[in-house]
Amino acid sequence: MSVIDPTVPTALPSSAEDAASDNYLTRPSGLRSWLFTVDHKRIGVMYLVSILTAFLLGGIFAILLRTELLGPQKTVIEADTYNQFFTLHGAIMIFLVIIPSIPATLGNFVLPIMLGAKDLAFPRLNLLSYYLYLGGALLALLAIVLGGVDTGWTFYPPYSIEAAPYNGVIVVLAGVFLLGFSSILTGLNFVVTIHKLRPPGMGWFRMPLFLWSLYATSIIQILATPVLGVTVLLLIVERTLKFGIFHPGLGGDPILYQHFFWFYSHPAVYIMILPAMGIVSELVSVFSRKHIFGYPFIAFSSVAIAMFGFFVWGHHMFVSGQSPLVTVLFSLLTYSVSIPSAVKVFNWLATMHGGSISLKTPMLYALGFVFLFGIGGLTGLFLGALATDVHLHDTYFVVSHFHYVMLGSALIAMLGGMHYWWPKITGRMYSERWGVTAFVLVIIGFNLTFFPQFIMGTHGMPRRYYNYPPEFTFLNQLSTTGSYIMAVSFVLMAAYLLHSLVRGRRAPANPWGGATLEWQCSSPPPTYNFETPPPVRDPYDFRNIEYDPASGGYRRIVPVPATVSKG
Amino acid sequence: MSTAAKTHASLTDTPQAHVAHHFHTASQQFEAAVQGMWIFLATEILLFSGLFCAYAVFRTNHPEVFEYAHQFLSKPLGAINTVILLCSSFTMAAAVWASQHGRRRTAVALLCLTLLGGFGFLGIKFVEYEHKWKEGLLWGIHYQRHAENASAAAEAPAVAFGEPAAPAAGSASENIEAATAETGEPDPAFRPASLGPPGLRRTAASAAPRTEQQVHNVQTFFGVYFLMTGLHGLHVIAGMALIAWVAWRALKGAFSPAYFTPVAMVGLYWHLVDVIWIYLFPLLYLIH
Repeated sequence: MSVIDPTVPTALPSSAEDAASDNYLTRPSGLRSWLFTVDHKRIGVMYLVSILTAFLLGGIFAILLRTELLGPQKTVIEADTYNQFFTLHGAIMIFLVIIPSIPATLGNFVLPIMLGAKDLAFPRLNLLSYYLYLGGALLALLAIVLGGVDTGWTFYPPYSIEAAPYNGVIVVLAGVFLLGFSSILTGLNFVVTIHKLRPPGMGWFRMPLFLWSLYATSIIQILATPVLGVTVLLLIVERTLKFGIFHPGLGGDPILYQHFFWFYSHPAVYIMILPAMGIVSELVSVFSRKHIFGYPFIAFSSVAIAMFGFFVWGHHMFVSGQSPLVTVLFSLLTYSVSIPSAVKVFNWLATMHGGSISLKTPMLYALGFVFLFGIGGLTGLFLGALATDVHLHDTYFVVSHFHYVMLGSALIAMLGGMHYWWPKITGRMYSERWGVTAFVLVIIGFNLTFFPQFIMGTHGMPRRYYNYPPEFTFLNQLSTTGSYIMAVSFVLMAAYLLHSLVRGRRAPANPWGGATLEWQCSSPPPTYNFETPPPVRDPYDFRNIEYDPASGGYRRIVPVPATVSKG
Repeated sequence: MSTAAKTHASLTDTPQAHVAHHFHTASQQFEAAVQGMWIFLATEILLFSGLFCAYAVFRTNHPEVFEYAHQFLSKPLGAINTVILLCSSFTMAAAVWASQHGRRRTAVALLCLTLLGGFGFLGIKFVEYEHKWKEGLLWGIHYQRHAENASAAAEAPAVAFGEPAAPAAGSASENIEAATAETGEPDPAFRPASLGPPGLRRTAASAAPRTEQQVHNVQTFFGVYFLMTGLHGLHVIAGMALIAWVAWRALKGAFSPAYFTPVAMVGLYWHLVDVIWIYLFPLLYLIH
């Protein structure tokens, strides 16, 4: 009772063999064609490789830190080395991994295809943005060679100006400046692309929600990152030329630095979490085979989070010395962010309600996100409340809270998105069984690592400490064990994903039954995505997409009406 | 800009050589460039916003420093520079008009005039900086309050520049003592910042005229002054490089009524550089 939809542009190569031999990965060929490519898909892949490498490096530092904390006193590294390692772990994971993770990799790859476009608005700018990222990353590595950094990733003066005995500080700051520039250019590119390259028929409210979240993210990148840029520049001139802007000994104001820094770094938290929420919105709908519930609410809550995010930075400074009035206002505003966040969570739950849920690997990560984000978000309320924050400030409670939000939410969603689009990016299917195994290990390892840290924090163990009283030993050992389990699960993930590149089954164009436009071009997509702009439909209408056992994927069909003609 | 975009759109709605593969029409490409440029200018303003914010905080907390120290800036030179930049903005706008209308020679001449304005601005800025360098009216630790010290500061410029950040083993006060060692006595100009955060509290500072003995931390004004004008100066240099580039391309005949996007974009950038100076001039030079 159904036929294959003839309106679907079968600019798709007619057979899987064509798609496998002629796609963006194979044409044009040669190293130069990759290094100087302006194709958004290739740049996305280059970002993915670079960011995963940085993730490996940051992860090694994390494992070393956790190993050191297996017991009180010295375990494997010296105290000074420990200070450098937590600084590098933080700086690498935040600036090199999480901030660019979703927009620069998956966003870069998917955004133009979701719009049915051939590329981003400014392809060369996109390449420049990648090389700025690479430059920033290399400067961060150079800093390690030059003697390291031990200021913490926040670089608070006066310590970062005066006392920090390592020459790496300036180099890391220069690296952060370049990374910020890269982030700004990506955001600029996305905003202009979404405004100017939407195809006819795709109004704002027919865009996939992932694009709404990338749009909101880009707005934050554009408006907040320049402030980080100038802050970092000020810190560099402060350290080299002794300008006296932040240095209290020269009449400067160190609190001013904290305001500048958090004016960027709090919105940066939403740069990390908003794209993650966008991915989850896609996954929940596709794997429930049900139209997303409350589309406009999810869309506007992204914009609302982006806006509220600019007015809450003071909650990082409750004990730094602000006037009581300002402190109370920041606390109230902080609570306001929880409203749009909760709106999203309830809409996802409502989407799943009554849907036919298939627990594929990407969907498991989406569910993991909702669970971990619930914990991470609600513990944020403890820290937004003034009285409890004074008790919990700078303890392991804070460490655990932001790991639940950044690793447990942002990176878990990134992994979900990576598994979801992996067939599209590489043209190969990974092993579903190993995917589920790795997911289970990640969730167990993650909770074992970070849940004990909530308890340590409430009992008063401060963050960033090298040594601790013996009564904290058991909880620290639990935490370290969890981190080892996570390390194993990431190695496992790398193994089966790499294996799929060689041995994986060839991916069909639409392995999950998605309705957004990227599933209409072949896997992997051809060099220019679409010969002709594809017809735009509701991105969450799954009614006419059915499983096709021949290809192992889904196809769009035209239901033949029961009564064909009446006149 | 919008009228320019319209004219442009009506002229060319057919694909042409300069339209990139992922755009459908030349007007779509032009609009994307304009929007991208405006967003970039927004980020530039936000880059400066940190410095404006620092200015506001220091001036609110220590108005006497700004009232006292701004006297060392030359109002006439600042005013001349303002006029120069305004005129160069006019010639830039005219250059965009000329390239839009296909007047190649006029466009090149106007771009060169704009470039000349940039050189004039930087020249005067150099005179101002040199004067402050000789007087020791510098930032932070390099500030030498008395005119008598001017010669000493000029003799040892190596102290001021290029010194790698001494990995100050000690506290800030040690560094300060090192800087004031030449005078042989602790310099009262350096005072620790007020104890505790100033927040919204108004200090008792009144509008009474100040003497040097009453004003402390004068170096913060010069820190802010050099940062703001320095960052602006870097933008002037970047703008001049861009103007030279489009002038060269205009000379080669790269632009036509159908395609003059680079000139228009560089024009927008130059106007931004101008606008920032229009705020810097009264904030730094015209304090009452």
